[in-house]
Amino acid sequence: MASELRDTIPTFGSTGSEEQQDEVSLTNWSALTNASFAKSWGEVVAIVLVALAVVGGAEAFIRLRDVPAYTFPAPSAVGQALWNNFDLFRPHLSATLQVMCIGYVIGAVVGIVLAALITQFPFAEKIITPYVLLLVTTPMIALVPLLVQKMGFGMAPRIIAVALAAGPMVMINSATGFRRTDLARIALARSYGATTVQIFTKVRFPLALPMIIVGLMVGAIFGMLTAVGAEIVGSGEGLGNRLMFYSSRIQMANFWAIIVMLAVMGILIYVVFYWIGKRWASWQA
Amino acid sequence: MPTGEHHVSIVATEGVGVVQERSVTSASSSTVLTGTAPDASRQRRPPTMSVEHATKHYDTGTGTVHALEDLSLEIANGEFVCILGPSGCGKSTLLWAMSGLHELTNGRIVLNGSPVTGPRPEMGMIFQDANLLPWRNLWQNIHFPFEIKRLDPKPYQARIRDLLDEVGLAGFEKKMPRELSGGMQQRASIVRCLSFDPEVILMDEPFGALDAFTRDEMNLLIQKIWMETGKTIVFVTHNVTEAIFLADRVVVLTPRPGRLAHVFPIDLPRPRTIDQTFSPEFIKLILDVKRTIQSGAQTTNGGSGFAVD
Repeated sequence: MASELRDTIPTFGSTGSEEQQDEVSLTNWSALTNASFAKSWGEVVAIVLVALAVVGGAEAFIRLRDVPAYTFPAPSAVGQALWNNFDLFRPHLSATLQVMCIGYVIGAVVGIVLAALITQFPFAEKIITPYVLLLVTTPMIALVPLLVQKMGFGMAPRIIAVALAAGPMVMINSATGFRRTDLARIALARSYGATTVQIFTKVRFPLALPMIIVGLMVGAIFGMLTAVGAEIVGSGEGLGNRLMFYSSRIQMANFWAIIVMLAVMGILIYVVFYWIGKRWASWQA
Repeated sequence: MPTGEHHVSIVATEGVGVVQERSVTSASSSTVLTGTAPDASRQRRPPTMSVEHATKHYDTGTGTVHALEDLSLEIANGEFVCILGPSGCGKSTLLWAMSGLHELTNGRIVLNGSPVTGPRPEMGMIFQDANLLPWRNLWQNIHFPFEIKRLDPKPYQARIRDLLDEVGLAGFEKKMPRELSGGMQQRASIVRCLSFDPEVILMDEPFGALDAFTRDEMNLLIQKIWMETGKTIVFVTHNVTEAIFLADRVVVLTPRPGRLAHVFPIDLPRPRTIDQTFSPEFIKLILDVKRTIQSGAQTTNGGSGFAVD
């Protein structure tokens, strides 16, 4: 539609850049929303049985072959450690969550705002994009030793690392969303006398929202990875620090308990954004 | 002349490729387009909108395109005008200039006595694509203009319900656009446009993407709405039958540069039916219009050249 429009009406005032793209992004949203959950009790039973078989099989294998606990603890031992030692883990969990959340919120807000701004100015975008790509591709954990050297072992260096890891991810995806200018719908809004702000809030932003949500999800996962990595590299607390601590003492049950906690956090991030996407971006299916 | 009151003959004398000696043979009762002043009864209604020497050039990678060249036209209050021409004749450009969405290189559009410099609340536009916002359901889509205009929709609720009923969309308020067929989407966009009661409705090839049956249905609907509401409608199309079926006057443009080729008053009685489009009278009109378009297309300089039959 819009391309046809442009045949007859090539100029479009100042609103919108030239491209109308249906881009394929790194993270294909439809792959998420099409993932179907269990449809019947039979499916639920099958899923649970397979899970039990995997865990039980591991348990049986480790017991029957007498695999030593320092090599690989039995799932039951990991479960016990998680249950019994949770009070030991809790302060570290909360430290990790704090770093993650603060850094992520800062990064995400800055990322979305910057994306909204630079996509309005194609020239600025050309200048800024290489640096954003640099931030996306460079592991931000690499900055942590430097930041620790300057700022000590507090939370600040880790928060900065998380923000730098999550922010560009959010930004690059949001920018893709904001670049999808729908000339026809912008023209529609303008025909009602819409202001630039109204065009942004009522057309551009909703149009970009699915990509923003994808960016927020990828950013959250990157933020978590960076938070844990930063704790491994330079911190006296946090789940990453505990990984180093327990592995150095060969307390593998505790070590695996931490891994399980991290896995659950990652899955929770995924599930939360899955539902957000379903609620706010399902129109794009 | 049963519908004569709709026909304020246009005054299109300046530098435009209007062939004054050409007679509109098909409808014997219709006015022969002349440069002379129309008779008094035809001037009862003042023009709602006038296009004055509209000229639009734009630059593309390969050079300057003359989309419109010194085109003048007057549209009366309550009139149904179809702008007809082949692709690239600037008919959409003209309509978008009327809407205030695009500026003219030269000339101006005057609506209700004041020049159009941007979108005006008295006008509503219907696009080729229904252009519904995919993240809103039908009801929310129809309220989109109210949000933009910061208009309280409460006094319009009954009107919107009636309109939805009239176009056969009652009960579909909660549906998302992707759940509606193309025809339903376009009907929704018509309701959206009529909801805030604009005086002038501009339609840019609104049914071009629909199949022939749906198009007939939509044309009947538009005629009905027009007859009931008495809106001024400017309707751009490249479909000759559609133009003649709907219009009080069919304005034919020549391509590149877009100039006024000819204006055909259509005096067929209303309400018109689809069957009527197969009547000899109607077909004669179609042939006349088509001949005008063809001769216009052959005239590269777009000047005075219209082959007289």
